[in-house]
Amino acid sequence: MASEREVDQATNTETTGHEWDGIRELDTPMPRWWLWTLYATIVWAVIYTILMPAWPMISSATPGLLGYSSRGALAEDVAMADAVNAPLNTELMNTDLASIADDPDMLRYATSGGRAIFLAHCSQCHGAGAAGVIGGYPNLLDDDWLWGGTIEDISQTITHGIRFEDDEDTRFSQMPAFGEMLTEEEIDGLVQYVLSLSGAEHDAEMAAESAEAFQDNCSACHGEDGTGMTELGAPNLTDSIWLYGGDPEAIHTTISQARYGIMPSFSWGDRLSPADIRKVAIYVHSLGGGQ
Amino acid sequence: MSILAKHSYIERNAFLLFVLSFFVVAIGGLVQIVPLFYLENTIEDVEGMRPYSPLELAGRNIYVREGCYVCHSQMIRPMRDEVERYGHYSLAAESQYDRPFQWGSKRTGPDLARVGGRYSDDWHVGHFYNPRDLVPESIMPAYPWLAETRITPDHIEQMLLTHRRAGVPYTDEMLENAKSDFRTQADPDNGDVDALLARYPKAQARYFDGSPAITELDAVIAYLQMLGTLVDFSTFEPDASR
Repeated sequence: MASEREVDQATNTETTGHEWDGIRELDTPMPRWWLWTLYATIVWAVIYTILMPAWPMISSATPGLLGYSSRGALAEDVAMADAVNAPLNTELMNTDLASIADDPDMLRYATSGGRAIFLAHCSQCHGAGAAGVIGGYPNLLDDDWLWGGTIEDISQTITHGIRFEDDEDTRFSQMPAFGEMLTEEEIDGLVQYVLSLSGAEHDAEMAAESAEAFQDNCSACHGEDGTGMTELGAPNLTDSIWLYGGDPEAIHTTISQARYGIMPSFSWGDRLSPADIRKVAIYVHSLGGGQ
Repeated sequence: MSILAKHSYIERNAFLLFVLSFFVVAIGGLVQIVPLFYLENTIEDVEGMRPYSPLELAGRNIYVREGCYVCHSQMIRPMRDEVERYGHYSLAAESQYDRPFQWGSKRTGPDLARVGGRYSDDWHVGHFYNPRDLVPESIMPAYPWLAETRITPDHIEQMLLTHRRAGVPYTDEMLENAKSDFRTQADPDNGDVDALLARYPKAQARYFDGSPAITELDAVIAYLQMLGTLVDFSTFEPDASR
């Protein structure tokens, strides 16, 4: 094994100096562009750690000459978006909600913004298409409104929620659980009476017998004719629209155990800004069922 | 001779090669290990953070057992799209009592760092029973057994003690009252809620799954309803250099 580096005649390249049975190995140098790129990245890495936050020190990391921070970048992003939307949001806050339809540009701004917010914050319960879910999550497309369907009412509901205890201004009402006050037969009769209100299939005799029980126990909130009362969030029982199901079993459960649907407050914890709440309210109102 | 020729000298001396290799690897190790000793300085002082209550901790264990972290992160990054969707970006202080942390690495489902208070207990009950009942397009598995599986605080003191040994500041008083706090939070009518709140401010005590029996569902919902609600952001001033 020789160890003299020599230049190979055929390729004009240095050999490694090793020789095995007359075979020698070329020591082809790395491509210069590759080598210089490597050196450049090393130099860049050093420069980068000087410009950007990098080295952990005893009490904090080196801040970097450019003063970048992810929180600062976020604050700038948010400020920029807010600045662009500020005039529109101010105008939206000054617009009378009832007459928003007269301003098509503002209406378009509010509904498109409201739709984005609806998908992020509301769709999990009310559905991406706002058709709700049987079991306590109201359909927002129909004309039936528990707490009122004007834009102001919807806005109030979104702002403070329903039965959301952390918000002092939340809308509140509580149906009593009649299972503790009435007998099973009385409840069965009331179920038939409630079914009769919306013209559903029912036992006419039992319904007629329970008319008085309905007036005694239910009419204070649901009204003498069963059309409900939006001040109390008491549903209209005459319209075949059911929040918890309209079969006799579901109605029986509702009467005996009562229902207690909760909607979160969106002003609580600054989840949505007042302008954003207006946008969602206008969007929901525009879905078809607004009053 | 160039510097490359000196390199061949190192390659021909195994012991020297070993010593110098060790030296180079040690630098890499130090760069990764030393900052861990200064970890405390990355945690801001914020008002409101406290160790998990016994019921929340039990719920957290179920969260880990069921592998929720595989699809759900608990880490809101400081970016506008995340902040607008999920709320204030997460702080290091908010996971300082997590052993292990639940930041996750992937979002098949949404981030849960601030899911507390976002949905009603009823929603969680229905959603755990079958997510499709509420969100038709959801691909989350159903967890119906949570509502049927009773849970008892038999080993909760040991659990708290384990966390204390790992650095979570549970006091002796918290350990002594672990069992009763556990029951009180899921069955407030039969316990001392004021004492629970004194030990664990902002703890929510109610019948999370709607029934007095304490089930795994109670524990998980108690944990979820607390997530992201503890820090008082009205007194929080972000340190811009982080």
